[in-house]
Order: sequence, then C-alpha cells, then structure tokens
Amino acid sequence: MNAIDVSRRKFLVGAGAAAGGLTLGMSIPFDEAVAQTGATPEVNAWVVIRPDDTVVVRIARQEMGQGTITGLAQLVAEELEADWAKVTYEYPTPGQSVARKRVWGDYATSGSRGVRNSEKYMREGGAAARMMLMQAAADQWKVPVAELTVARGVITHKASNRTTTYGKVSDAAGKLVPPANPALKDPKNWTIAGKPLKRLAQDGKVNGKQIYAMDYVAPNMLNAAIKDCPIWGGKLKSFDASAAEKMPGVKKVLRIDGNAVVVVADTFWRAKTALDAVKIEYDAGESAKLNSKSIEAMLDEGLTAKEAFVGNQGGDVQKAIAGAAKVVEATYRFPYQNHAPMEPMNATALWTPERCDVWTSTQNGEAALATTSQAAGLPLDKCDVHRLDLGGGFGRRATSQDYVRQAVLIAKEMPGTPVKLIWTREEDQLRGCYHPITKCKMTGALDKDGNLVGLHMRLSGQSILATIRPEGLQNGRDPAAFQGLNNGGTEGAIGYTIPNILVDHAMRNTAIRPGFWRGVNNNQNAVYLECFMDELAHAAGVDPLEFRRRMMKDHPKHLAVLNAVAERGGWSKPAPKGVFRGLAQHMGYGSYVAAMAEVSINESGTLKIHRIVAATNCGHAVNPAQIERQIEGSFAYGLGAALMQEITFDGGKAVETNFDTYPMVRMADMPAVESIIAPTNDFWGGVGEPTIFVAAPAVLNAIFAATGKRVRNLPIADQDLRKA
Amino acid sequence: MAKLNVNGRVVDVNVEPDTPLLWVIREQIGLTGTKYGCGVAQCGACSIYIDGEITRSCAMPVSSIKESQKIVTIEGANDRVVQAVQKAWLEHDVPQCGYCQSGQVLAAAALIRAKKNPTDEDIDREMTNICRCGTYNRIRIAIKQAASAVQAG
Repeated sequence: MNAIDVSRRKFLVGAGAAAGGLTLGMSIPFDEAVAQTGATPEVNAWVVIRPDDTVVVRIARQEMGQGTITGLAQLVAEELEADWAKVTYEYPTPGQSVARKRVWGDYATSGSRGVRNSEKYMREGGAAARMMLMQAAADQWKVPVAELTVARGVITHKASNRTTTYGKVSDAAGKLVPPANPALKDPKNWTIAGKPLKRLAQDGKVNGKQIYAMDYVAPNMLNAAIKDCPIWGGKLKSFDASAAEKMPGVKKVLRIDGNAVVVVADTFWRAKTALDAVKIEYDAGESAKLNSKSIEAMLDEGLTAKEAFVGNQGGDVQKAIAGAAKVVEATYRFPYQNHAPMEPMNATALWTPERCDVWTSTQNGEAALATTSQAAGLPLDKCDVHRLDLGGGFGRRATSQDYVRQAVLIAKEMPGTPVKLIWTREEDQLRGCYHPITKCKMTGALDKDGNLVGLHMRLSGQSILATIRPEGLQNGRDPAAFQGLNNGGTEGAIGYTIPNILVDHAMRNTAIRPGFWRGVNNNQNAVYLECFMDELAHAAGVDPLEFRRRMMKDHPKHLAVLNAVAERGGWSKPAPKGVFRGLAQHMGYGSYVAAMAEVSINESGTLKIHRIVAATNCGHAVNPAQIERQIEGSFAYGLGAALMQEITFDGGKAVETNFDTYPMVRMADMPAVESIIAPTNDFWGGVGEPTIFVAAPAVLNAIFAATGKRVRNLPIADQDLRKA
Repeated sequence: MAKLNVNGRVVDVNVEPDTPLLWVIREQIGLTGTKYGCGVAQCGACSIYIDGEITRSCAMPVSSIKESQKIVTIEGANDRVVQAVQKAWLEHDVPQCGYCQSGQVLAAAALIRAKKNPTDEDIDREMTNICRCGTYNRIRIAIKQAASAVQAG
C-alpha cells in the first residue's frame, strides 16, 4: 500500500478543500428522505429494482471510458443473481452519500481502484439485496427461505410450484433488516462477473445522444470563458476589459481567485471572443527565469547531490560498485506531459444564498462537492454535485477540481443564474496538472559472471505529493516517487532480487503544478529500470530475458507475465526480417504487467511499431473484454507520451498549447496489440493503468536492438534514430 | 444573421459572421453530439458533413456556409452507411469515453463511401481523428466489418 492510497483514503478531498479543513462524513445528519431517491424505493443502497424487474445498480466510482461501471455492475449482478439483460446503473450524488454517512464509500476514481477497492462492499451489497428479496418472497408465501431458489431475478418455490420476480417483491424487501456479512460466491462459480460482456450505456456514444458535462444545458444558462494566469508562480497584474465589455452578448467581466479573468456572456463563443479582446498583463516574478533549461540544470544537480530521500535500500551498494568487475552508468530523462482528455475542463454552477449545485465531469464526486462547498461559502448539505459522463479523465479530473472551484466562484457573482464555464484547449494545456519531470542516474555493478550485484538508482525531480497532497509526505519524503521500486508490498514491488540496492530521490520542485497522470510515477520508473536492465544485459553479454530471469526466482508473479509475453511473442525465435524486439516488466496498482514490442526503423530513422504483446495479471479479471480494451488504450496513451509528447516551459509558461504542437497518437501510429490476461485469482489488482508502464521501455529496448542506439531522453521523436 | 440547412431543416441563426460553425451547431441549434476538442481542426471531434464531405466544423466560420449547402450532424446522419458503422461500433464495443466517437463514426462512414473496401493504408491515411482512450484498433476492425456489411447490402 503506498501513500497515495492512504492519503486519499483519509478523504481530505483535494488541496483546496483540505485548506478549508473540510472533511466529509462528519456531523452530517442522516437524511431518511435521500434513501428514497427516484420513484422506486431501494432494496439497499446499491440496488433498486423497478416494478418491471429492471435492476438499477448504484455506482459511486466514475465511468470515464475505462469500463468501471460495467465491471462493478457485473459484480453486484453476480451476487444478486440478476438477469444481466435487465441491469442498468445510476450515479448517486456525493451529497446523497454524505447525507447517508458515506454509504457509497469512496468516490475517488484514480489509482486503478474503481473495481479493486470497491469490489468487496459492492458484492456484499448485491448479496445482501438477494437475501432480502428472497426473504420477502418467503414471507409472502409463508415458507422457509431455505426452500427457495433464485436464478436471473426469478425466485422459485419448487414444492408449491410458485414463482415471482424481483420487481414484485422489491418493495417488501426494502423494508427488511439487511443481513450482516453476507457470504460471497467463490469467483470460480461466477456466471456474470469474469465474463467478456459488452459495456453498459454504449448507444449514446455512437449516435451523439450521450450528454457529457460539456453538453449540459440549464434553463436561462449563461456561459463563461476563463484565462487563469498562465505563468506558474506568476500573478495577474492588471487587465483592461473596456473593449470586451462592449462586445455582443457580454454580461460581465470578472476577476476571480486573484489571478483569473472571466467573461460571462450569453454564449460560450461570445464569451471566448470577448475574453480574447481583454488586455491582460501578468507579473512573472521569479518565474521569469523558470524554463526548461533552468529546470534541467536543477535536476542535473540533484543527480549527484549528497542528500536524498531513500525509497529502497539493501546491502551496501557503494561497496558493490567499488568491487564490481564492470560498472555500467546511464542517465535518463522523462519530461513534463499533459493529460489532454478529449473533453476540456468544464462545469456548470448555480449559486443562490441558500444553495449551490454543480453539474460536471469529475473523477472524484466528493472532492468536487467539498470544493463546491468551500467556494460557495455554504455547508456541504446545502451543496451537491451532479455527475455527468466524462470525456476522458486520465487523472486530470482526479488531481484538481480547479475548474469546479472557478465555476462556483463565477456563479456566485451571478446569483440565481446557472453559468457554464468551459476551458479552451489552450487553457487546458496552460493550466495542466502535468506529469512531473524527472531524471535518473543509474549505476549498475556486474560481477565477473555478468550477474547484477549492485544497483543505485538516483531519481531527481519533481514530487507530485509535495504540491498536490502534502499530507501524504512522510517527513518530507514522497513515497509515491518510488512506485514500482519498493522492496515488497502488494501495491508496487520491484521484481528483482539484487543483493545491494539503493533507490533514492533528490526532490527538486518547481512552481509548475504536477499531477497524477495515468500510470503516474510508474511510467518513468519503469523506463529507468527496464531500459537499464537491457543495458546491463548487453554489457554482461547475456540475453535480456535470461538476464532478468536470473534475478526473478523469488518474484514468481512478475516472472510469469514476463515469460508469457516472451513465449507468445516468440522471443526465443528469430524476428521477421528487419524487425527488432524489446522486453519490459513492472508491477503497479497491485497488478503485474509485461510487454514485448516489435519495431522496425528505416534508413532515414523513421520508427514503426508493428506489434505489442502485453500481459497482465490483475488478480481477478472481472471483464476480460474490457481489460483488453484498457490494455490497448494504455498503449495508445503511453506510446503517445513516449513517442511525441513533452510540455516545455519558457518564463514559467507552457509552450505547447494545442494538438498542433502537442501531438497525439493517431490511427497510423497505433501498433497491433495482443493481450494476454493471466489472472491468478488470488488478489485484486488494477486495470486502467498498469499496462501503460511497460509501453515505453519495451519500445525503447526494441529501438536499441534495431539501431544500437540508446534513447535515454524522451520523447523519441526528438531523437535521431538512424543506425549508429 | 445566417440561414443554415441542418439535418434537412432550414434554421435562422443570429450570430457574428466569424462564429465557428461548431458553436453555431452546439449553442444556437442545440445539437451537442458534435464536440469541441481543440478549436484548430486538429482532433476531428467536431466532424460533420457538408454536402456529404467530412468537414471539421470548429475552424470554419459560419459566414463561409451557404443556405444551399446541406449540413448533416451525427444526430441527422442516418443513411445505410452510417447505420452500418454504428452497428459495427456497437458489435465491437468500440467506444470507451465516447467523446470523440461522433466524429469517428462520421469519418468512418465517409471513408467507406469513398472506398468500398478500405485497406489498412486507407484507414491509416483517412482516419486521422484523435481518440485519447486509444480505441483505434477496435475502430479499424469495425470499419472493415461495416464496409463488408454495406457491400453485402
């Protein structure tokens, strides 16, 4: 368990909310009325069954494309013995949850926790509902419940040849006392969970009918455009809105939160056009000197600095290096990157002196609620957040609810009028929560037989927690900086036994806001470790698979996925002519992943990634079809980062402000992806992120195989890949 | 003031002439299936048909459109090619977040209309819309299936 989980579980929701001392779940009166949301009374918090036998599963975690709602609904339906064809879902609001003492638990949908951290209480919710429904039927028929059977939502009493359906007894069931600790099925007996079912709620995504937060419209709604200070660490000095105020449709020009200029107009386009006509001056202050070059120099200093936080230490690495038959050194760099979900940040807020409501897309409804309450100046029970579907999250909508705060502050200036705030793509690039920059100096000690006897991994770079969740630091140390490099543990353990090891982190922070970006620190840590393992293998003259295997005897789960990709990928057989291979493995968010990449590079240095073979052991595979899609998607996201994405800074400001300068993986870049889902069914691991870790290192190692060149500086597009 | 023919209906819209067609469709006409992604015709989330041609609407001023030109959005696109694409999309469970998929569906149908049996090269060349979730491989399979279905009639 790493500190991200611990600090998030504490539920000091978001930096803004924490500053105000808001902790949800305290001193909120139980509101019986909320238990009866919608027209049909619930069986319990998780299950509502309508008279027509439709099963509505209530889901607190957030769908954002990763398939979580489908997986969670499968788990509930499994225990409920529901008819899957009749299953649908709804989102309880965080306000309803707070009013019911957080009956739906954690809303945070990040860290690949959607399923693995809610499976138990949701399965229990389904099982309890089943028992209550059967008891209600038994009561009605006046027979012992043990004489009843249930299948696909139909309850049968064989002795009297009677049947009824869930919809007919759900009213009565809801009045029963819920059973404590209901027994759960052995996953071996699953018939709905574990199956490759199609996703719920897909129709609206192909016919344009799905309503994302961006599409929400309230009666009499106004629209707002915003420019927050684009210089990290800078300030808004002054602005002149005289021209903008006279432009068509403009209702108000505002300054909020000190540094942001806002135009409220009848339409977004008019608001945006008027905002572009506002003359704004900023004071960069110290950040005038903050640029990619100055950051690089600061990180370089950290690579050899005396002081560093220790993440993993065993034996005596300096002694091992001093006594080595061969010492290998290499320095790597992983840049800033932006999430850039397809739907830019947006939120609609309606504020009155009595109440504030927000309609938005967020990965954490409770954090959005706490943010709303604080910005609105109203207690939690006078606020609510209505969750709409997300056009992607990837951690951006989990890291910060800044757009929610802004929407509420704007709405507060327009009491009684709903205002929709939309960020432009440029605002999204300038006000990102960037994947932080790091560098890493790797030093490896090989003995005369080519075994790795010592490894020093010196990380130097920005800490996410130090800025975003300082309460997660441990005496100043950021435990998340060591994701995937820990000595044991169930969350992200290193997969090698190395007798002398030191992994330490010289924390070097900047004014630039970092964030949790799909895969988070695992992404660079896997590049550093797995590319260097490849370097060491070549230095030792040992096959990279064999070199790793020697150190993996005590890490059977890491080894199993590595072996699986090597076997399926044909590692031991020759690759097609002109095609070269690379391997990588890593563990994070509880899951074990590995990949083999096949690439070719032509004479002019153009890289083509032909094929990825990827394996995951995520413990239990709740929906293999959707896991496959997450694996494929994680390679699109991870390879985009490796191939072509970097945010650079000049004068404290991001330079790449749209997709023309911050390119994305498109169809032509996408390799074939073969997925191996190899669950061992003895733990619950994450799915949304883990396979992203091995995307870049597998490809980088294949590039070396093809060219003899080590790419140690990302993105790949900036490097000359012509043969060495 | 402009007159536009959208999904077979002529509508009057009162906007500045340089307003991008995307925002006219979304804000004046109220059709939100056409998405804002980048505003610079890079991502294709705003794709629509103008006289049957796939077009990115976010960087196209409304003043450049004549009343005689037929604008079709995802809500109004229902010919047999689009229907075949939507069916294939659902059969292959293509969408993840779905935000880009209106544009992907229309771009795919345009491709199939132009090339009855699109090759991988055709798909690579013509399907340039961005999907951050990375549904590309499913899109590729679904396009081929939809193309076969259209051929089979």
